Amino acid sequence: MNEEKIRQYGDELFDAWRERRTVAPLLEREPDITLDDAYRIQLRYIERRVQAGEKIVGKKIGVTSKPVQDFLGVFQPDFGQLTSGMVHQEGDVIDLGSLIQPKAEAELAFVLKHDLQGPGVTAMDVIRATDYVVPCFEIVDSRITDWKIRIQDTVADNASCGVYVLGKTKGDPRKLDITLAGMVLEKNGELHSTGVGAAVQGSPANAVAWLANTLGELGIPFKAGEVILSGSQSALVPVVDGDELVCTVGGLGSCRVKFSGRSAV
Amino acid sequence: MSPSNELTLSREDIVRLCERVEGAQTRAYAIPKLTDEYPAMTIADGYAVQSELRRRYLAQGHRLVGWKAGLTSKAKMQQMGVDVPSIGFLTDRMARPESSAISMADLVHPRAECEVAFVMKKDLHGPGCTREDVLDATDYVLPAVEIIDSRYSGFKFDLASVIADNGSSARFVGGGRARYVEELDLRTLGVVMEKNGEMVAMGASAAVLGHPAEAIAMLANILADMGEHLPAGSFVMSGGITEAIPVKPGDSIVARFQELGSVSMRFV
Repeated sequence: MNEEKIRQYGDELFDAWRERRTVAPLLEREPDITLDDAYRIQLRYIERRVQAGEKIVGKKIGVTSKPVQDFLGVFQPDFGQLTSGMVHQEGDVIDLGSLIQPKAEAELAFVLKHDLQGPGVTAMDVIRATDYVVPCFEIVDSRITDWKIRIQDTVADNASCGVYVLGKTKGDPRKLDITLAGMVLEKNGELHSTGVGAAVQGSPANAVAWLANTLGELGIPFKAGEVILSGSQSALVPVVDGDELVCTVGGLGSCRVKFSGRSAV
Repeated sequence: MSPSNELTLSREDIVRLCERVEGAQTRAYAIPKLTDEYPAMTIADGYAVQSELRRRYLAQGHRLVGWKAGLTSKAKMQQMGVDVPSIGFLTDRMARPESSAISMADLVHPRAECEVAFVMKKDLHGPGCTREDVLDATDYVLPAVEIIDSRYSGFKFDLASVIADNGSSARFVGGGRARYVEELDLRTLGVVMEKNGEMVAMGASAAVLGHPAEAIAMLANILADMGEHLPAGSFVMSGGITEAIPVKPGDSIVARFQELGSVSMRFV
């Protein structure tokens, strides 16, 4: 795909994000779009957000579970960029008016104390480079109409990232079994679903290693201090005005988030 | 339809149905669900058949080692089309050691599921048993795999029929690491089941009625309805955290539990 088209689609996604509306799936319009093209469109979309005043603060890993990979017909995760405008603190009420068609998912987030430079990074290197892990919610959102995404659509759309909330209980991955830690998700005081760290690529550390290696090949830095959302350990939960979600990671702690208002769709 | 707590079967019916279930369990064949012949069968009827089955096994020299709660997760209730949990008894003949080869010759269509098991240090008497009562009466918890095997064709049943079939109980394997309940958050234990090295089921222990001890309290309260109690020394399985996974000869199962180690077995 030529540079002009990459810019055009990146700009289109940026405008859709800014105006809280959706666009038709890119793959419907460009059947030959490759995964590489999709990442270049993502970089353009994020470049526009940075030009508009945001900073890149981390990465998210998506498509980490077998059911989602089967659904999208892929054999590996994808990633997107976290920007300063996506950050919410635990206890914040998230205004759904800032989102289009949001759904929540519960994850484990990593914060690095050392740079990770792929290729060649293993899960052991990830543990060594990790400052701490925290339970978190990612509120995914899609700028693609009705979430009708194929892998190229979601990658171009920054891996369907919306906003995210980090919990406050920091854990050391040397003192916590991040692979077998249970994930309990409650919605409005009732059990919604359960999961476990291993649902993410066998272990969340494997997903982070995959990202370090993928970024290494693309020449994108993976820096100390960055936040990495390692991939969903729960079902996707649609959220509406007044909903409150709590996720609890066994042996670590909880993250709580509330929602108000109405999303665009 | 009669209320679930009302007995509709005669003594002769109970004995006949019990013999039918016992034959299917002992010789490992599938039978139509009992409600095909007795559509008015209630939950109380199901427990009457189960109690007769227990009486007969114990008379044959089997030893009662404990109990199991079944159908305790939303996923499981939906999978099986029922809306309340159930209980069944466990005997020494159903126990298999960790890391052993389990014969499938005497099973119909078994499935394996991961559970947290409790070993009691005090008697537990319902009604009115709570999660706190259970934790107070628990000596230790350990990880377990239950091998369920409905004796009904196609694993298709209703609550009355499954209770009469002793909650599909067939085999169980306890193992891993024994732990005091005070040292664990029993609500958030993560579990992964692997079959032949591949992850096939996952979850956390809250999937069991919000907390596995709730299932033990429920079990003690059902026992109280039958005029019985849960004695000290009982081994009690709290219900599947994961869905039940079919197994066949040659399959190897490993259940990995947060804080509790793992339990493994293979089927031959």
